[in-house]
Amino acid sequence: MDQATGLQSPDVTGPAIAVSELSLIYGTRPTGVLALDRISFDISDGAFVAIVGPSGCGKSTLLKILAGLLPATSGQAKLRGTAITGPRRDIGVVFQSPVLFPWRDVLSNVMLPADVQRLDKSEMRNRALDLVKLVGLTGFEKRYPRELSGGMQQRVGIIRALIHDPALLLMDEPFGALDAMTRETMNVELQRIWMERKKTVLFITHSTSEAVFLADRVIAMTPRPGRVADAFDVDLPRPRPLEVMNTEAFGAYVKRVRVALKSDGGLD
Amino acid sequence: MRRTGPFMLRLLLIAVVLGLWEAGVYFFKIRMFILPPPSQVFLALYRGFAEDLYPGHIIVTLWETILGFLLGTILAFVLGTLVALSRRVEYFLYPFILMFQAMPKVALAPLIIIWFGLGLTSKVINAALVAFFPLMVNTILGLRSAEEDRINLMRSLDASKWQIFWMLRLPNAMPYIFAGLEIAMIFALIGAIVAEFIGAEKGLGMLIQTMNINVDVAGQFSILLILSAIGLVLNGLVALARRRFVFWDAAGQAATATQTEGNKP
Ligand SMILES: Nc1ncnc2c1ncn2[C@@H]1O[C@H](COP(=O)(O)OP(=O)(O)O)[C@@H](O)[C@H]1O
Ligand SMILES: [Mg+2]
Repeated sequence: MDQATGLQSPDVTGPAIAVSELSLIYGTRPTGVLALDRISFDISDGAFVAIVGPSGCGKSTLLKILAGLLPATSGQAKLRGTAITGPRRDIGVVFQSPVLFPWRDVLSNVMLPADVQRLDKSEMRNRALDLVKLVGLTGFEKRYPRELSGGMQQRVGIIRALIHDPALLLMDEPFGALDAMTRETMNVELQRIWMERKKTVLFITHSTSEAVFLADRVIAMTPRPGRVADAFDVDLPRPRPLEVMNTEAFGAYVKRVRVALKSDGGLD
Repeated sequence: MRRTGPFMLRLLLIAVVLGLWEAGVYFFKIRMFILPPPSQVFLALYRGFAEDLYPGHIIVTLWETILGFLLGTILAFVLGTLVALSRRVEYFLYPFILMFQAMPKVALAPLIIIWFGLGLTSKVINAALVAFFPLMVNTILGLRSAEEDRINLMRSLDASKWQIFWMLRLPNAMPYIFAGLEIAMIFALIGAIVAEFIGAEKGLGMLIQTMNINVDVAGQFSILLILSAIGLVLNGLVALARRRFVFWDAAGQAATATQTEGNKP
């Protein structure tokens, strides 16, 4: 895992992420499921990209490949010029459920990546405290996950993915389990965090409006087999308030995603 | 405040049951060697301690139980961990595990007495044998129960297999392990007593046998009381440790699911 330190020598000329002709088949050929069919896209450094598509179109599969948890059947994905062949320390992942360890309090849950990667304790502690403050959880450092609401838990999940200062943040439907109100609040908050920390983010969702609200660039995927149906830039000024969802421009973007997904029956 | 009411009722209920028992024995003229009245049982208990007969036997049985518990659970934890972490170990050990798990372990007691004699060793080994399975089964279950998402999280952080074990699998298994320990504690006591029934020089199980031969039924009841008290205290100690080490699983959710998992003494 020497390439894990590839973070120090970024390929400044190319895109942060380059995915080319990526395919994945679950199982063996004759009966296998073609989950991803020659997916290609680039993400430029510091961009917020959303991938939107119905369940089963291979979004999680794509994320697992980018996180190095699953080897691609063919094609490749590069992060800052080096191919992703296994887990890397310059990537942070946020899952659909917060995946907190109930035996660790908030602060040590946030510190988990630092513990695993044996990073400097006191420096990381200060970073963790900063991040806790960033998401408004100051005062909850010593609380245990079961004492927190769903939204608070997911905030912990997000800042845990930021503690080791990864070059890329992968998020797999992180707000999918939250109620609509909390979800909107979290969207605004995520935008704020992203504007402060300027990470490259790949955000997966099955909500068209969430994708358009958050992203600089939206990639729409259709299922069976998972393919890129459309990809376009979202040109709305930031910071975007929730009211932006009521504008005509926003509606046009959402419509464009719907049209792209229409051929396969659209979304829920 | 609100709890004292039900508590008094509870005490009252116990007193009523004992009273009915006492009255019933006299009323129906039940003979002492069939069912002694509670007063005789308490008298036997008092005499046992006053004549300094019981303490020596209690210490022997306690010692056998605790040593057997330690031996059995340490082996069970080590073997359970190996089985849980290595498919190969599991593959080769599985036939043995299956055979022993189906077998009532106490049925081995006569053999163990023949092999290891009438002293402490045979009792410790029998107690260990009976205590072994509940913990091994729960250790395997617990170590394997880590959610896939949590494992993926650890892997995505580039954690080593060893780190995944220490930072995820082991703490995750703690509720299961402590549930296994609570059962193992009671099972160890059963193992020690059964081995004493078969052949022993000292201990509460041996004392019950002797009293049975002498038709001292009140004495036997008094020993049952002592055994029940020992069981409660030992189990309480493990429960206390569980609350300390598994504080995050206050409801013991993970644990209760495994309590019935094919464990026989
Ligand atoms: N481990 C697996 N084995 C076999 N098929 C799988 C596996 N994981 C996912 N799939 C299939 O691959 C397709 C894409 O799944 P997934 O990436 O989870 O989609 P999404 O996250 O967009 O809902 C689905 O048809 C799913 O049934
Ligand atoms: Mg998914």
